Amino acid sequence: MIELGKYAGAVMGAYGLSLALLGGLIWQTLVANARARRDLERQENRG
Amino acid sequence: MSIWEYANPVKFMRTSGAVLPWTVAGAAVCTVTGLVWGFLTPEDYRQGSTVKIVFLHVPAAMMAINIWVMMLVASLIWLIRRHHVSALAAKAAAPIGAVMTVIGLITGAVWGQPMWGTWWEWDPRLTSFLILLLFYIGYIALWSAVEDPDSAADLTGVLCLVGSVFALLSRYAVFFWNQGLHQGASLSVQSGERMSAVYRYPLYLTMLGFGLMFLSLMLVRTRTEIRRRRLAALQAREMRA
Amino acid sequence: MIALLRRDLRLAVRAGGGFGLGVAFFLILCALVPFGVGPDTSALQPIAAGILWLGALLACLLSLDRIFALDHEDGSLDLLATSPLPLEGAVAVKALAHWITTGLPLIVAAPLFGILLHLPAAAIPALLMSLLLGTPALSMLGAFGAAVTVGLRRGGLLLSLLVLPLYIPTLIFGTEMIRRGQDGGDTMPPLLFLAGITAGTLAVIPFAAAAALRVNLR
Repeated sequence: MIELGKYAGAVMGAYGLSLALLGGLIWQTLVANARARRDLERQENRG
Repeated sequence: MSIWEYANPVKFMRTSGAVLPWTVAGAAVCTVTGLVWGFLTPEDYRQGSTVKIVFLHVPAAMMAINIWVMMLVASLIWLIRRHHVSALAAKAAAPIGAVMTVIGLITGAVWGQPMWGTWWEWDPRLTSFLILLLFYIGYIALWSAVEDPDSAADLTGVLCLVGSVFALLSRYAVFFWNQGLHQGASLSVQSGERMSAVYRYPLYLTMLGFGLMFLSLMLVRTRTEIRRRRLAALQAREMRA
Repeated sequence: MIALLRRDLRLAVRAGGGFGLGVAFFLILCALVPFGVGPDTSALQPIAAGILWLGALLACLLSLDRIFALDHEDGSLDLLATSPLPLEGAVAVKALAHWITTGLPLIVAAPLFGILLHLPAAAIPALLMSLLLGTPALSMLGAFGAAVTVGLRRGGLLLSLLVLPLYIPTLIFGTEMIRRGQDGGDTMPPLLFLAGITAGTLAVIPFAAAAALRVNLR
């Protein structure tokens, strides 16, 4: 483990928050895309 | 062969589907290596380990501005040439830009706390980012408020044009209002004082990674929007039949 | 155009038109601030310029949705759009009517409220000039926001979300001008910026607002 010195909290906090935000954005994007694809396929198979 | 062919949704779906695996892979490789490399860089003698935050802060801030510019260009293309994909790409980009702005602000606040002794300072750069965030929120809110998709695209396009002018105006007004603590550009080409190479190369890598990440996310979100639009069209056709 | 202006003014002054509400809101805001920060001159004086401008901003915002909403409901907006008068001109006239009914009373009342907030007499000319130059931009930008949100349900909240960020430059230069007037500084640079912003919005915003109106009337 790399030594972060006295600013460990700040650095880890910044990385943690940012990666959580990015992860949330990516997750939301993928879920919305999967739903749109599924709905569209269902509709196309029906009609 | 002209660039406008990509305005055809079918063509766009095919091309973006083929390109996506590459951009996703590139984004993942560049971002992860850049961040890990950045994390392993030695401590700065003045800033200690907080210097590592730069690898998130600068790319996010850069993308926050670039995404707004991209939305402006896409809105112009929609307003002038009426290509639907362009309007949808602008819609798809806005939430990514808002998240990038928030990341820029949060990492800035966390960095500012030990360095400047305060979480928030009404410094011109921070303030203009806050204003940029307000513009992103207004833009997204307008998209979700208007029901007819073409009207929504038109209205948000006009708002993006007016908003760009005023975001720029606010940026310079803010300089007039308060001089700041924030250091100037860290990566300018001419200036003699630059970051040392130890920090510069991983930073370039994360910037590239964030750019590719935006590209991938934007493509996926645009594909989502195209599918939704097609689904709505199919449902409307079914209702009529 | 003159007829449209007179009609709008008459509608606003008529009972239930909301004329004077803006000033009343402004008065209440200025009366409430001392309860929030304490009655001391030392506490009020530094923030007086900001409070006055924020009050003007919010009072202006209150009446914005009336610019187009009523005409949209009763269909006269469609008539305006098909009349020989260009829609850009109609937008400009309606923004002017809004300014006369809300901006102008605010300017008249502002010195009085400045005294309430212990604004020094030396700053009163700067206050008047800044409001005189700044409030037309507020009305014009507000007309743009109203045009964008005219057909929407729950448009009011969205309207403030869209319009308030556009007010930031005006607010900055307006308060800066009063502050400089207060300290005996040079009021010319903020005055010129303020005038520039107002002139720019007067020139450009009617086109943007008319474009938004055409979309909403489609």
